[in-house]
Amino acid sequence: MATYQDFIQQNEDRDGVRCSWNLWPSSRLEATRLVVPVSCLFTPLKERPDLPPVQYEPVLCSRASCKAVLNPLCQVDFRAKIWACNFCFQRNPFPPSYAGISEVNQPAELMPQFSTIEYIVQRGPPTPLVFLYVVDTCLEEEDLQALRESLQMSLSLLPPNALVGLITFGRMIQVHELSCEGIAKSYVFRGTKELTPKQIQEMLGLMKPAASGQQGRPLAPQDAATSCRFLQPVHKVDMNLTDLLGELQRDPWPVPQGKRPLRSTGIALSIAVGLLEGTFPNTGARVMLFMGGPPTQGPGMVVGDELKTPIRSWHDIQKDNARHMKKAIKYYEALANRAAVNGHSIDIYAFALDQTGLLEMKCLSNLTGGHIVMGDSFNTSLFKQTFQRVFSKDYNGEFHMAFGGVLEVKTSRELKVAGAIGPCVCTARPELGVGGTCQWKICSLSPSTTLALYFEVVNQHNSPIPQGGRGAIQFVTQYQHSNTQRRIRVTTIARNWADAQSQIQHIESSFDQEAAAVLMARLGVFRAESEEGPDVLRWLDRQLIRLFMFHLRRSPFLQVFNNSPDESSYYRHHFLCQDLTQSLIMIQPILYSYSFFGPPEPVLLDSSSILPDRILLMDTFFQLVIYHGETIAQWRKAGYQDMPEYENFKQLLQAPLDDAQEILQTRFPMPRYIDTEHGGSQARFLLSKVNPSQTHNNLYAWGQEAGAPILTDDVSLQVFMDHLKKLAVSSSA
Amino acid sequence: MNVNQQPHMASPYGQPQPGYQGYPQSGYGGQHVPGGYPAPYAPYNGPASAYQPGPPQGYSPYASFPSKALAANLVSDLSSSSPLDLGMRGPPTSGAPPVSAAQAYSQFGQGDIQNGPPPLGAPPQSRPPVSQPYSQGAMNLSGPQPPYNQQFGAPPTSMQQMTTQMASMQVGSTVPSPAGPGYAPPTVSQPSVSAAYTPSAPSSFAPTSTVPTQPPSTEGTPQPYYGAPPQQPFPTAAPPFSAPGPTQPPGPPLASQQTFPQAPPPSQPPFSSAPPQVPPASYGGPPPPVQASHPRAAPPTSQPAAFPGGPPPTSTPTQYTGPPMQQPPVSQPSSFHSGPPPPPTSAAGFPPQGGAPPRPPHPGIQGPPLASQGPPMSQANHVAPPQPGMLAGPPVPGMAGPPPQPGMQGYPPQQNGAFGQVRGPQPGYAGPYPGQQSYGAAPPAQAPAPPAPKRLDPDSIPSPQASDIPPVQKTRHRIDPDAIPSPIQVIEDDKANKGSEPFVTGVRGQAPPLVTTNFHVKDQGNASPRFIRCTAYNIPCTSDMAKQSQVPLAAVIKPLATLPPDENSPYIVDHGESGPIRCNRCKAYMCPYMQFIEGGRRFQCGFCSCVTEVPPHYFQHLDHTGKRVDCYDRPELSLGSYEFLATVDYCKNNKIPQPPAFIFLIDVSYNAVKNGMVRIVCQELKTLLDYLPRENPDVQSNIRVGFATYNKVLHFYNVKASLAQPQMMVVSDVADMFVPLLDGFLVNVSESRVVIESLLDQIPDMFADTRETETVFGPVIQAGLEALKAADCAGKLFVFHTSLPIAEAPGKLKNREDKKLVGTDKEKSLFQPQVSFYANLAKECVAQGCCVDLFLFPNQYVDVATLGVVPTSTGGSVYKYTYFQAQSDQERFLNDLRKDIQKKVGFDAVMRVRTSTGIRATDFFGSFYMSNTTDVELAGLDCDKTVTVEFRHDDKLSEETGALMQCAVLYTSCSGQRRLRIHNMAVNCCAQLADLYRNCETDTIINFFAKYAYRCVLNNPTKNVRDSLVNQCAQILACYRKNCASPSSAGQLILPECMKLLPVYLNCVLKSDVLHPGADVSLDDRAYLRQLVSAMDVAESHVFFYPRLLPVHKLDVECDTLPVAIRDSEERLSKGGIYLLETGLNLFLWVGANAQQELLQNIFGTPAFGQIDSNMTSLPILDNPYSKRVREIVESFRAQRSRYMKLMVVKQEDKLELIFKHFLVEDKNNSGGASYVDFLCHMHKEIRQLLS
Repeated sequence: MATYQDFIQQNEDRDGVRCSWNLWPSSRLEATRLVVPVSCLFTPLKERPDLPPVQYEPVLCSRASCKAVLNPLCQVDFRAKIWACNFCFQRNPFPPSYAGISEVNQPAELMPQFSTIEYIVQRGPPTPLVFLYVVDTCLEEEDLQALRESLQMSLSLLPPNALVGLITFGRMIQVHELSCEGIAKSYVFRGTKELTPKQIQEMLGLMKPAASGQQGRPLAPQDAATSCRFLQPVHKVDMNLTDLLGELQRDPWPVPQGKRPLRSTGIALSIAVGLLEGTFPNTGARVMLFMGGPPTQGPGMVVGDELKTPIRSWHDIQKDNARHMKKAIKYYEALANRAAVNGHSIDIYAFALDQTGLLEMKCLSNLTGGHIVMGDSFNTSLFKQTFQRVFSKDYNGEFHMAFGGVLEVKTSRELKVAGAIGPCVCTARPELGVGGTCQWKICSLSPSTTLALYFEVVNQHNSPIPQGGRGAIQFVTQYQHSNTQRRIRVTTIARNWADAQSQIQHIESSFDQEAAAVLMARLGVFRAESEEGPDVLRWLDRQLIRLFMFHLRRSPFLQVFNNSPDESSYYRHHFLCQDLTQSLIMIQPILYSYSFFGPPEPVLLDSSSILPDRILLMDTFFQLVIYHGETIAQWRKAGYQDMPEYENFKQLLQAPLDDAQEILQTRFPMPRYIDTEHGGSQARFLLSKVNPSQTHNNLYAWGQEAGAPILTDDVSLQVFMDHLKKLAVSSSA
Repeated sequence: MNVNQQPHMASPYGQPQPGYQGYPQSGYGGQHVPGGYPAPYAPYNGPASAYQPGPPQGYSPYASFPSKALAANLVSDLSSSSPLDLGMRGPPTSGAPPVSAAQAYSQFGQGDIQNGPPPLGAPPQSRPPVSQPYSQGAMNLSGPQPPYNQQFGAPPTSMQQMTTQMASMQVGSTVPSPAGPGYAPPTVSQPSVSAAYTPSAPSSFAPTSTVPTQPPSTEGTPQPYYGAPPQQPFPTAAPPFSAPGPTQPPGPPLASQQTFPQAPPPSQPPFSSAPPQVPPASYGGPPPPVQASHPRAAPPTSQPAAFPGGPPPTSTPTQYTGPPMQQPPVSQPSSFHSGPPPPPTSAAGFPPQGGAPPRPPHPGIQGPPLASQGPPMSQANHVAPPQPGMLAGPPVPGMAGPPPQPGMQGYPPQQNGAFGQVRGPQPGYAGPYPGQQSYGAAPPAQAPAPPAPKRLDPDSIPSPQASDIPPVQKTRHRIDPDAIPSPIQVIEDDKANKGSEPFVTGVRGQAPPLVTTNFHVKDQGNASPRFIRCTAYNIPCTSDMAKQSQVPLAAVIKPLATLPPDENSPYIVDHGESGPIRCNRCKAYMCPYMQFIEGGRRFQCGFCSCVTEVPPHYFQHLDHTGKRVDCYDRPELSLGSYEFLATVDYCKNNKIPQPPAFIFLIDVSYNAVKNGMVRIVCQELKTLLDYLPRENPDVQSNIRVGFATYNKVLHFYNVKASLAQPQMMVVSDVADMFVPLLDGFLVNVSESRVVIESLLDQIPDMFADTRETETVFGPVIQAGLEALKAADCAGKLFVFHTSLPIAEAPGKLKNREDKKLVGTDKEKSLFQPQVSFYANLAKECVAQGCCVDLFLFPNQYVDVATLGVVPTSTGGSVYKYTYFQAQSDQERFLNDLRKDIQKKVGFDAVMRVRTSTGIRATDFFGSFYMSNTTDVELAGLDCDKTVTVEFRHDDKLSEETGALMQCAVLYTSCSGQRRLRIHNMAVNCCAQLADLYRNCETDTIINFFAKYAYRCVLNNPTKNVRDSLVNQCAQILACYRKNCASPSSAGQLILPECMKLLPVYLNCVLKSDVLHPGADVSLDDRAYLRQLVSAMDVAESHVFFYPRLLPVHKLDVECDTLPVAIRDSEERLSKGGIYLLETGLNLFLWVGANAQQELLQNIFGTPAFGQIDSNMTSLPILDNPYSKRVREIVESFRAQRSRYMKLMVVKQEDKLELIFKHFLVEDKNNSGGASYVDFLCHMHKEIRQLLS
């Protein structure tokens, strides 16, 4: 066996799983002593170009409480055509179709390399994808124009049979009917009145008056599909819709001086959810909300329309001064849960210079697996490209999105699921018993969607597990592929149990620092969402002692200073659903240095890295900063790069741009791209991230070497480490 | 009747009446004669009977005749003024009238004392008199007077008075006989008059009693009676007599007789032959017409034809009136004629008068024979009257008794059969006409008498006859319908008297011409009657007087009335930035009543006497009379009506208003699509939008428009000019209505024309397949209201709606149609809205200046009472097209729509009526909302909307200063300009009740009563409302009788001249569908009419309650004038005729079964009665003068009304005829409404009770 590094890498590539520990302590007591829980990061739809799906149904364990899927870890009696479930030890006969099974003729799911396998199953008629655009019209004209164009463009990216719908809102909400010819029809709702789903469906005419006895029961999807005027196949209405979008006007209601435009985002969303829930329950659907400002009226309002009352800040929240926050959060959570129950996801594209209420609304995406993208204006490439990337396609020409995922986690009886953190909602509470299963619904999945799953070892100290015993975890993910197929992906992993007392070194060496960092960070962020910042930090300090925690402590995921509540929410949202690599970038941004002295090299995220003759490229996941050192900047200003004799300088300037471009191409959401220089105002993005090893306080003490002093009172890594060391050895720790 | 005039009339009447009476009598006589000639009598009798009903009213109808006559005479006597009248007409008419009057008088004389009658007591006389008197009364008055009037021109007044005094008529009848003799002489002027008279009463009455009675009675008091009615006649005679007045009676009679004779002759001439015959004829029904027609009578040709019999010429008039009548008349005439050719007529007339004598008997009877009174009572009951008619017959005989011929006549009447014959003549008409049959039917309804006769002759329906026969006694009660005050006569008189001269408003206390008269107005300081009409132009000085008289003090104000092209619309005055100059205390606006003092530096308010500084910029020196030098340069100082430009202080929220908007809200539910309404509306709007109201015809209208459709959800349309296609926005949240768009909903027509047209093209198609049957209504109005609110402007909603709003939404209604409640105490709930939602909504609408016009297209109950709440509270209108069918109702609907959209309209109006100290506006009626007790708030005010204001005394008024009122309406014009329209009105104050009664306007009073009653039914059982109306009218009349009329027999009905039509009109109000519904009248219709009437002006309420019935077949193609209308009674219809009936809401063209083929060919393009398509809604366009003229008339009628009247062709005997007959308001109707005659009797009884 190679190193643990290789093992970890291999496992991740194959199964999309990273465990904090790759040897599991065999008892509950030991597990708790380890501080970092037994846990893993799981990427359900990790791209596996090499994994052809099989075209049959998985074989399930017959025990009703188990229903685990046949996997390579199962013991198989080829002669008796019987297999034993490795979770509950139930012995199951193979189904008739496996009659020809033998040692040499094994089905794929029994082969070790197929610890992850994907089944294509037939479940009912294929239902087309549904895209429902919910568009804010209280925008500046140029923003609206950009949005119009993006939306029109997006129509060409949708699969032709996808159903598309349009809701626009401002002071009122308009649900556009797309099937009509001649006059453009829309149903209008006022933005201040909360309506029950039933009312919404009635008002949209989705209820058949003669609907049989059962009140409020939505139409069967197939009926709705034929009758719903609001969601129509793209290929049928794209002309119509293109015109409609082209004629989309700014909200006509006058906005008096000193007021914000009235935005009925809350009701618009509830109508979108109500519409889908009435017509396409349990079908993959995306509600895509494009908003240019905070909700200002009706349920879910985040701020009043008086401009003199600014939108809540962290300060307000701490002072309990955010009047609408709690109510709004409650409202959006309820909405998100409704959407999640029906398998619909909600994306939020919030582009405004000020906050837009993401803090309150983030749960919409958090719980439903939707995207959140935040920026300054729709008229930026940030939005345009990000939005385009939503519809990016994979090597098969299929969308990088899947819908209506249900993740079921089965564990061997020594383990139990403690919880998951990620863009999902829980649909079945974890059973306390051994080997129980647990389900989460992930309404929308992308290949990078990653959940953090936490386990508890339930094995008691006095009932040791025999040597060589393995604990197994099976992840069963059912989802709707973007080509409308229903698929089931099954991943089964196993890890050895280890006795902490005798094998502590082994366990130590099986520690996956990166995974643990992310897992703990998620836990931290999760807590940060619900607890006071300082408490979380204290908790974190108590729990952790690793290097990058310094950066985590400074990161926007835990620190709210310098970030608005919206930004915090935005960062946290992404942190909670990105995969490990990206998460690490988020925690500790990467800094590359370009110079004439050699190829680009990663350098310390430290102020000492900021040198006049360097170009720095910093990737924080959300931002991509190119920083030209003082000298470089002067050269550039002088125009040396345009002189043929300084071709090399030109290349130097170009190098980080190319690299940045590469990152921009792949990252979702598109990071904010910043090209700045020494002394530039945008340089703050860099300066705020680096370790303030040189500050105005110690500038002259340290001095000469170089680097740029950071004007901050934050402690530097050195100070942090000093304290940490002291704490680590002190008796109180 | 005479009461008011009585004074004047008194002497004149005495005389004239005699004359008239004479005539009438003669006429009657004629009738009798006919009776003698069975036929004639019958008719007469008919009339007589008809009269009798009158008499009953008069007092003891039977006896009453005499008594009435007496009364009339007395009245006339009393009314010294009568002399004046006499003076007026005196010469001509009086001559004749006197004669008759004399007779009548004689009777009356007897009658006067009432004792007289008894003394005369000659029972026979009494009877005849009775019949005669009435007949005379009615007949003479109405009939004769008119003629007189016509002849005399001036006389009308007296005439009217005459007419009013029914009693006088009676006298007249008596007179007639004398007149008979007199006739010869009278020929001159009277002719026509007399003719008229004769035709009417005289003929019938005269015949019988005339001779006998006249002599005696006339001499005595009779005159007075006659005087009253006869006034006209009196006039002639009167002048001379007038002075003598009472004493004269005897004299007058003679004179009058003479005059009458004269008169009669003339009249008779036309009628001449007719008189005898004519009278009957005229009596029959034609009478009034006859008079009117007399002139035409000349044309008698027709008559001749009709009455080949003879008296052709004379008869002619009658013939006109009622061809059938003519014949009988003829026969009578013949008889009479035989006697005295032309005189005969008079003679005949006299005979009738002779009949009059009988009246004396009546009186006598009345007095003595309680029984007789009984009959009156019965008449009162109405039931009796019919019978009376029968009785009349007998009386006639009695009458006849005196004069042999009369006797003869009388017999005929008695013969009933004869009567029948008499009517026969009429019947003759009838005969020809199915009408007769109808009459037969009608009779029962109407004065039984008339019917009977008709029956007799025409169809000689056995049953009627039979019934007639038994009710011999009843015959006495019969009142000649021609003898009772005739609306037509009054209208024609007014036309003749006041139509030619411009009406100058500067004279305080002067009553304007009637609404039916075409006149020109010169504004000299008081508002034109087109803007303000008052019930009384002399207001009692004290509230005690007002209470005593019970005459309502009210003004009917139509602030934005459209003026004829030859009158200037009110000038606009701009007082600059500081706004109109007003009194400091009461805030009255500058007007001619402001008195400038201190050299012009201050002015004293005419309303509150407060002295206010004249602002420097308004200062002007005074001339030597104390008038400002610039008085005539400034409209506000010299005119009654003008407008001020309002400043920003007068605007809502102190903001200059936005131009108003029109919003069209169209029901697109299944019914609306299916009946074609949606398509029609959309199609029409495309062109109609070019005709939005504007102030300057050269400029495009500022009014913006918006469109929405709805079923149980609302669809708004964005029609912004920049859109390629309209956009539809559906609002399903009807529970909480809002407007989904701002920009693009209300647009300028010219800018968005393409989009709008595209929208209107598409709407019908979009909903062509709808299956939605449920609708909402409350949210629809809310939507419009919200749209206006959002646009911050006032405006008008046009809602096109089809069904009861049962969809779940605010204002949802349930079907509560429950006819069982009709007639119970809970009936009122049917008029009340079933939910309060709409009242609240209306309040909001008013606050925003949102006026709602509702067009209903119901197939079933839609609860107009509830749906109409908002329109009627916001100054809007409700139009209802039940069972709308595109083909047949399209034209009517579209014309209404066009008119409604195009008519001049103001928005967001507030009206306030200020009055001088002593009176105060206390109550308001109309389509508006009031949030306090003084300000009438109208979200919209169009040129047809009327507000009726009732005044009450606060204090004592002074005769010198009179009473002032100033109506100020602040409104936003259709161009968005804020203006104040001011109407000033000054009326006299009187210390004498007589002045009050002399200067009031019945049409306006009826308008007030109707509105008052129609509002009362909301809170009171309908029966109570009816009773209180009757009671109030009785009090009014009783007060007159008690305080103004000359003392006379209690059995005599005396009506003030100005109010002589009060009973007939009141009866129409009482019989209207709202107060007295037939079984087939839907609750919706009642609610609809109730709301409709509340905003009607006087002209519309007049024709609404008393439809105009025009004999089309008498049309003179050559000239522009219309044929004289006839009274709304079936017996006036001729089988050979074609009549156009106008109700203000509908037009009926009634075609008699025997109409001339040529006529049919000309009008309908087919000579065959059977081939006329009764479904046609417009007349075929034929190239002949007749067709052209008829169509012109139809069009001109329509042009006069605010609503388009659908034309229905009613063929005689056709199913539709039932509907048609419903509008013959003088007849008894199916639902139990009393006939005019019956009601008159009833009123009489009531009055008597009050007096006793």
